[in-house]
Amino acid sequence: MATQAFQKIYTKLNQVTKATCSVSATGIGNEELATVSGRLAQVVKIMNDSVTLQIFAGTEGIGTDAEIIFFGKPPTLKVSEHLAGRFFDAYGDPIDGGPKVEGEEVEIGGPSVNPVRRKQPSELIATGIAGIDLNNTLVTGQKIPFFADPDQPFNQVMAMVALRAKADKIILGGMGLSNDDYLFFKHAFENAGVMDRIIAFVNTTENPPVERLLVPNMALTAAEYFAVEKNEKVLVLLTDMTLYCDALSIVSNRMDQIPSKDSMPGSLYSELAKLYEKAVQFPDGGSITIIAVTTLSGGDITHAIPDNTGYITEGQLYLRRDTDISKVIVDPFRSLSRLKQLVIGKKSRADHPQVMNTAIRLYADAANAKTKMENGFDLSDYDERVLKFATDYSMEILAIDVNIDIDKMLDTTWDLFKKYFTKAEVGIKDEFMKIHWVE
Amino acid sequence: MTKGIVKGIIANLVMVEVDGPVSQNEICYIDHKGVKLMAEVIKILGKIAYTQVFESTRGLTVGTPVEFTEHMLEVKLGPGMLSKNYDGLQDDLNKMDGLFLIRGEYTDPLDDDKVWRFTPLAKVGDVLTGGDWLGEVPESWIAHKIMVPFVMEEQYTVKSIAALGDYTIQDIIAVITDKDGNEFKLNMIQRWPVKLPVRAYKQKPRPFRVMETGVRTIDTLNPIAEGGTGFIPGPFGCGKTVLQHSISKNADADLIIVAACGERANEVVELFVEFPELDDPRTGRKLMERTIIICNTSNMPVAAREASVYTAMSIAEYYRTMGLKVLLLADSTSRWAQALREMSNRMEELPGPDGFPMDLPAIVSNFYARAGFVYLNNDQTGSITFIGTVSPAGGNLKEPVTESTKKAARCFYALSQQRADSKRYPAVDPMDSYSKYLEYEEVQEYLNKNVSPNWVSTVIRAKDILLRGKESYDQINILGDDGVPLSYHDKFWKSELIDRVILQQDGFDPVDQSTPMKRQRYMLELIMSICDAEFAFETFEEVMPYYVQLINICRQMNYAEFDSPDFAKYEANLQQTVAERKVK
Repeated sequence: MATQAFQKIYTKLNQVTKATCSVSATGIGNEELATVSGRLAQVVKIMNDSVTLQIFAGTEGIGTDAEIIFFGKPPTLKVSEHLAGRFFDAYGDPIDGGPKVEGEEVEIGGPSVNPVRRKQPSELIATGIAGIDLNNTLVTGQKIPFFADPDQPFNQVMAMVALRAKADKIILGGMGLSNDDYLFFKHAFENAGVMDRIIAFVNTTENPPVERLLVPNMALTAAEYFAVEKNEKVLVLLTDMTLYCDALSIVSNRMDQIPSKDSMPGSLYSELAKLYEKAVQFPDGGSITIIAVTTLSGGDITHAIPDNTGYITEGQLYLRRDTDISKVIVDPFRSLSRLKQLVIGKKSRADHPQVMNTAIRLYADAANAKTKMENGFDLSDYDERVLKFATDYSMEILAIDVNIDIDKMLDTTWDLFKKYFTKAEVGIKDEFMKIHWVE
Repeated sequence: MTKGIVKGIIANLVMVEVDGPVSQNEICYIDHKGVKLMAEVIKILGKIAYTQVFESTRGLTVGTPVEFTEHMLEVKLGPGMLSKNYDGLQDDLNKMDGLFLIRGEYTDPLDDDKVWRFTPLAKVGDVLTGGDWLGEVPESWIAHKIMVPFVMEEQYTVKSIAALGDYTIQDIIAVITDKDGNEFKLNMIQRWPVKLPVRAYKQKPRPFRVMETGVRTIDTLNPIAEGGTGFIPGPFGCGKTVLQHSISKNADADLIIVAACGERANEVVELFVEFPELDDPRTGRKLMERTIIICNTSNMPVAAREASVYTAMSIAEYYRTMGLKVLLLADSTSRWAQALREMSNRMEELPGPDGFPMDLPAIVSNFYARAGFVYLNNDQTGSITFIGTVSPAGGNLKEPVTESTKKAARCFYALSQQRADSKRYPAVDPMDSYSKYLEYEEVQEYLNKNVSPNWVSTVIRAKDILLRGKESYDQINILGDDGVPLSYHDKFWKSELIDRVILQQDGFDPVDQSTPMKRQRYMLELIMSICDAEFAFETFEEVMPYYVQLINICRQMNYAEFDSPDFAKYEANLQQTVAERKVK
């Protein structure tokens, strides 16, 4: 970045660590941006005239005579309509070869929405994936992560959700994306012909890890612009939040902070909440919905990252490979959307809640029957039928490549009920039986 | 007035060099380019005061001037707090402009213009002290007492008192004199430092009355006393917040104060949307009219999160001194503990377990001790019943916040992941949970007198059946269905009967969501009569279908209005089914 008049320039560093450096300087504001030898840095601590900066790109090769230029302002993003269709790095600079975006300069990580000005989320987001729409319905203004193992196709599923959801803008915040995944997202968006609705802020594994700390706030600041100023429905995709948390712990470690559980900083909950709580339904129709990815190590959800995330987000989704049909499904047992109660049976057909619960109960019976079978016990007639039901249910409804609307999902489920069970076994309220159980 | 200048900044910890005396917990304002940021002194070292700022410190520079106020963080108390939505520092959220919270914007928690109908209760010449009643004004359906401020702890003589009439909170409604003849002019407003407990009462006995919540697993099995303390720990997704909401909707309290402490904003929005709509069965008005919400959601500044629970407790103490039954709910106290951890961490204090400050258990128990049942100076009674939730990291109940709380709270409602997974709601584990109050002689006496003569022993017997059922279930799992005597199946299904009919409750059903004590007694005695009976079974395969049938009938009873024709019909059906197999 070019220097401007009245910027403070210093050239004497007192201390350099792997992620931070200190300099004697006065009149510097907290969280202010600076460059150290041309690398972007941010003020994280001030003690008298000693200012500590975290250098996003790392401190490799930084000398004690490095030139430090303070900008007099925190990190900002220029927001305007022209953000649409563009790819940026963690600093908001274009990486797609296009020109810089002009617009109003806004500080990232801005203030929180006054809770009394929020509206209760009430609009259903259809994705065509039954594991989500039917069993764990998403609502605008919701925040929900995929809890996934690194080998699961979470980025593919997320791209699919994003493209099918009827959002006005889709904003991707990529943290530590592999270059392959970055190209995958880029191609997926291009092929779908929706580039005008896409904005991406990407930090790949080729970029320094500390840069990641800027990505979610960049994405959410852009989202707030479109949701507040343009009253648009914005979907924000954040992947992978575990790598974001790792970057947080690197910085807090370099600043000699006492780690709490799993070597994470004590402020992890607040840091994550500040991001996820940007999900909101505004009264004027605009909304921000966040779908994130939190990768687990060995499926352990008691680790500090998924644990804190679970307390903040409104549910979580799990992917699972169903070996009976050799396809990926959204796990109907462990997944949960806390906000689905606000829309199912209200914005969708009235029989939705009952059909959903009954199908899951029968699916659970099938899991028990399967255990019985594996242990060498005899199967009853009912066991045989629930097993067949479960296979069909996985194949025709749950498989991630099935793309149908909610009414069709409900009708198909009714067909399966009729095919395998008696009325008593299904046990749905009479008022729905009369309409949907046509012999 | 002491002044200072900023010397250092680490996130929201700001070091200030002062030019005069400062005290611990004193409030100061940092003048950041004309915007005043509120901060609290949390440590003093020589001339440096360490302060935690209740706002973001972005852009703050060394050298910024600071003004100290000579008082601690205070709440402003007076009529007009009911139905309000406050933030953790008691700013009225509805008075703030714009979609976003603006840094340094503080709003008045009370309304200066509103006129109140004041009725004097004290007479000229009365000798009063802090907390004694001067008069009352109607606030919603509550007779809001105007009191001698709590900070006035001496004896005072009433020199004059306003006549019946309309006044604003700023109008002088009484003049009192101390023993030296100094006059104090009082209006309806008083202030209280939130970190200190209000002690304007005569005596704090052991709680002896039971507070009905309408939740069967609490009232029947592990009742909480009026003026008692309880806590609800549970992993995420077990229904902590739903349980707390359902207690707040149905509890037998005059006033509900909800402190949403560091939790999801959408959950608070749910309260904002639902409470003004829901009918309060006790008053026939809307639930919101007896509710005050203090909300510091997880994205609001972390230091104000710590303040929010104290603000809520101080307001509760204020209303208790009016002789009211206050229910205080805090969701979640773990977030408050985490806020303490963040600050302790920034001050580089030596950490205790999991990085929490060493004095966490002391802080938690001091806070819980502020609840309680009291006899006021005029022999009226008032109470604060406090229920907090705890969000244990990783669902592990051995972590410091749960352990500290366990030492302080008398009721423990453990939410179990297993019960939540099998959709047994409320997911309160009947084995792990306990209520110490059930062991209090006063409480036992109260229950046996007010519920039914052998109530406590019936409840204990029900708990035994649950425990025996679980043991039988474990045996069946190990040895197989036909590897155990028939009686094991019978024992297990009797415990299921209690579990599914008494413990499980549909929080979304209009009838089942709240059960009055009279009905709880009826149902428990009915179920226990079945549990005491012996049934004839030929094989174990007959046991399950039979009990499932009984359970289904009983659940229909739960869904029917008490004493309605439907209820009677299901009960007759139940008795008939019982008779089919009953041997003795």
